[in-house]
Amino acid sequence: MILDKLQQLGAATLETIQGFGRATLMLAGALWGRPRFVKAWPLYIKQFYVVGVLSLLIIVVSGLFIGMVLALQGYTVLSKFGAEQMLGPLVALSLLRELGPVVTALLFAGRAGSALTAEIGLMKATEQLSGMEMMAVDPLRRIIAPRLWAGVICMPLLAMIFTAVGILGGHLVGVDWLGVDAGGYWSAMQANVDFEQDVLNGIIKSTVFAFVVTVIALHKGFDAVPTSEGISRATTQTVVTASLAVLGFDFVLTAVMFGG
Amino acid sequence: MDKAVAKPLVDIQNLTFSRGERVIYDDMSMQFARGKVTAIMGPSGIGKTTLLRLIGGQLKPDAGHIWFEDQDIPTLGRRDLYQARKKMSMLFQSGALFSDMTVFDNVAFPIREHTKLPEEIIRMMVLMKLESVGLRGARDLMPAELSGGMARRAALARAIALDPQLIMYDEPFAGQDPISMGVIVRLIRSLNDALGLTSIVVSHDVNEVMSIADYVYVVAERRVIGHGTPEQLRQHESPLVQQFLQGLADGPVPFHFKAADYAQELMELKA
Repeated sequence: MILDKLQQLGAATLETIQGFGRATLMLAGALWGRPRFVKAWPLYIKQFYVVGVLSLLIIVVSGLFIGMVLALQGYTVLSKFGAEQMLGPLVALSLLRELGPVVTALLFAGRAGSALTAEIGLMKATEQLSGMEMMAVDPLRRIIAPRLWAGVICMPLLAMIFTAVGILGGHLVGVDWLGVDAGGYWSAMQANVDFEQDVLNGIIKSTVFAFVVTVIALHKGFDAVPTSEGISRATTQTVVTASLAVLGFDFVLTAVMFGG
Repeated sequence: MDKAVAKPLVDIQNLTFSRGERVIYDDMSMQFARGKVTAIMGPSGIGKTTLLRLIGGQLKPDAGHIWFEDQDIPTLGRRDLYQARKKMSMLFQSGALFSDMTVFDNVAFPIREHTKLPEEIIRMMVLMKLESVGLRGARDLMPAELSGGMARRAALARAIALDPQLIMYDEPFAGQDPISMGVIVRLIRSLNDALGLTSIVVSHDVNEVMSIADYVYVVAERRVIGHGTPEQLRQHESPLVQQFLQGLADGPVPFHFKAADYAQELMELKA
């Protein structure tokens, strides 16, 4: 009984490590060699559109609401201490340091990551990847590489948009509705937000998350069992694994950046 | 005939391949003559598609050689393998058309990837290939809008886009209605002769294959159990070959999957 459990644990561990190995090989294959930006330009544009532009709506709407909720909650607490003028820094710092990168990554995993996994898994199931390989075109470079770059470049941009819209949402609720002084909102924010400590660290965070989420999504699709059940499992795994990985990395990065 | 003199285009020698514990091929050899249509037949599940993937270098054998022209496919590095693949092409069972491109772009795909030809010439080449499979009028359709037979013909046009020397068909007749089956049978033969191709057809549709193949290998139980021209095969003395060609349910290949004794198993249920 216990031996069986141990064996299962061992098998699961080995499988996980093999998965890491396969993901690394996929990554190496996609990034190896001369990138063909000129010839592949239309491919990149298309992926930037699919992965980035099409995710804009959910990012903007979520950013707006999260900014508004932050302002509302922050105001009720701050007003007890008569510190309403600190609402600007509260909203801005929460968004820049944590909510912007993290929530964007979670939304991105659900919106674009799952789509990437399903698309690539289905390409595998319908032998499109094999067919490409037999036509002497490397699917890692033709299919994986553009999607990888699109994810890694788009997500930090989306996180910035999320943060900016969130700050505007905070303004909408805090200043326009609850009556915090507009000048105070902005000037306190300006005084308390440090470019390197807050803005830059947020960008670094979201770049790391972008890489993690995109690689997980692509790997799960590329490694999917080519059946309908396999693809559905891979898509679920993408969202679950990527979300957990983002939260885990967030803790580590936060500890390194703001801990000491 | 020059068949005996000319070197075969693909020469498989002593091929052994296994998946995990299961041995798929054991010391198997076969030759594919230039300019001929050679068929590989056999019951399903014996790894006929695997053989095509081995020739294409997508899988590596445990032992043995797969000569394509003067290159041993399993020993090639990535670059040489990709060069060799430009000279061969494969028609997948599903067609494997790229679902996000029109038929035209699908056929143009290998040309655009591997040449720097101007777009007008690519257009001409694509239209010629599509004309030869009768789909010039369907060039602006998406793969999802094609019937199964048309999709396979479009994939065939793509497979011959770069004028390969070798073309491999994976179950080209599976799931086709009689008309499109007839069309594909004729296309395989006429393209082979018109373009000077060498064709390998993997199939278990006995009648269709026997009608177009120059030479046939019957594969079962991890090895070649019979080979020859279609006429020779019909006279073959092996009961296994005869069972397969005549489509008998029971014979050397048993109808029943390996199981415990029937009566005994029924009694067990009661207990």
